Amino acid sequence: MRKLEVDVAIIGGGPAGLAAALAAHDQGAAEVLIIERNHELGGILQQCIHHGFGLHRFKAELTGPEYAQRFINELKDTDIKVLLETMVLEVTKDRTIYAVNSREGMLEISAKAIVLAMGCRERTRGALRIPGKRPAGIFSAGTAQRYMNIDGYIPGRKAVILGSGDIGLIMARRLTLEGAKVEAVVEILPYAAGLARNVVQCLEDFDIPLHLESTVTEIHGDDRLEAVTIAKVDENWRPIPGTEQKIECDTLLLSVGLIPENELSSGAGVELDPVTNGPKVDDTLMTSIPGVFACGNVLHVHDLVDNVSKEAERAGAFAAQYALDKLPAPPRRIKVEAGENIRYVVPHEISLERPVEFFMRVQRPEADVYLDLGGLRRVKKPFVRPSEMLDITLSVEQLSKLEGDTLRVRIVSGKEAGVDA
Amino acid sequence: MLKRITCTVCPLSCEVVLEIGENGEILSLTGNKCARGKTYATKEHTAPERTLTTTVKIKGGVHPLLPVRTDQPIPKGKLREAMLATADLVVEAPVKMGDVVVENFLDLGVNLIASRDLDRVE
Repeated sequence: MRKLEVDVAIIGGGPAGLAAALAAHDQGAAEVLIIERNHELGGILQQCIHHGFGLHRFKAELTGPEYAQRFINELKDTDIKVLLETMVLEVTKDRTIYAVNSREGMLEISAKAIVLAMGCRERTRGALRIPGKRPAGIFSAGTAQRYMNIDGYIPGRKAVILGSGDIGLIMARRLTLEGAKVEAVVEILPYAAGLARNVVQCLEDFDIPLHLESTVTEIHGDDRLEAVTIAKVDENWRPIPGTEQKIECDTLLLSVGLIPENELSSGAGVELDPVTNGPKVDDTLMTSIPGVFACGNVLHVHDLVDNVSKEAERAGAFAAQYALDKLPAPPRRIKVEAGENIRYVVPHEISLERPVEFFMRVQRPEADVYLDLGGLRRVKKPFVRPSEMLDITLSVEQLSKLEGDTLRVRIVSGKEAGVDA
Repeated sequence: MLKRITCTVCPLSCEVVLEIGENGEILSLTGNKCARGKTYATKEHTAPERTLTTTVKIKGGVHPLLPVRTDQPIPKGKLREAMLATADLVVEAPVKMGDVVVENFLDLGVNLIASRDLDRVE
């Protein structure tokens, strides 16, 4: 078995892994290694051929491949090592990585620090328990996206899309442009889950109907999908009898959520947050295992790749500091708590030693409210929605005013805040 | 006639209401919370534009398809014609990001460019 020793090993060569590797390298880590299971870097960005990436980071509207290429080009000018077509099988508590590829067989990699950057995967039909038959023609939206944009196959000619998240909307446009007919996009919520811009440019531009407060209640067809039944749902998401409608189609795409891919993390004993399904981390993005860091969609599912890059750069830089013995354990640890209308906050724990960028999501939409961080900072928000991640930074000075050992993040109404919202 | 346009400039997504005259002229414009909404809705009414992103076939590449885009937005009404024009295009690997695949695409004064590097298969 080939044995390697590195300063920082990064698992995953998507946007998070790329940014983490570059930051670790910049921070002075001598041996940085990316381990990627695909035959090329870039991760899911390579199949996201639409544009709209990089508005924050590059002040330009790039396509997914363009966004990835900028990082890949930067990487080429460094001595960061990349192992492609290499699958990580196991990560241990003492930061040994077991991986395998068909060129070298089994590899044992000892790392002073590890960055988990495995991304996420899609929820499937099984997770939704859609009743009916099990014919061909039912795909997760990302699988269909890969078939169309990388492999060159169209999944079908007449499609229904369940879920109005951005991937579902983008696929509605993509299918239409390639000559398929999208009969309907079906969304269980009373509003579209994706960005308004995508509702306009992917649905309205092509007169694709959006059925809100509706879901797929039956699948028809034996060998190939022939139709789906959709129905309106009540406030408990139960189908309302009498509202059923049968739509003929040969393809059903599911765009119904993403799940961080943490089998390696939990195998190593990393403590996970049951809400995000990702690791619990501190303000250096370090997990419950010393020297193991996490960033990107394996940590929590992001809306914008720009935020993934930013988070991953911090994880990579702290991982390098840890590897170089420059990241002492903090004297104080403060718990971060999700308060009123906050579903989760990352990081889960802070030290008051450094500024902290918090990422969080709300539980339900609200308008004219304030985002309150333990009374240390309060920011006005014209509206908050579960589908839009909130992002706010506290400086060391702001943090120094914290009393107690908990920082509570919450949404407060204008009234409660004692100001006109 | 009233026309509703969702502004896509920022996440506020204002619904801008335009009153349109007989000759398509804008008589009034309301609902926008800032000046960018007015510019957007006016443009969206008079000459809507979209950036086209799609794929073309590539010979000898590590993938069978190359992602491409127009380097500037094109008239929204030209999207279908543009898709048909890309259907039969075949390029040869290797390709670098930004390489021009079609110059002056459809005589629109924009170029169709490659979205990524795509190496030749060994």
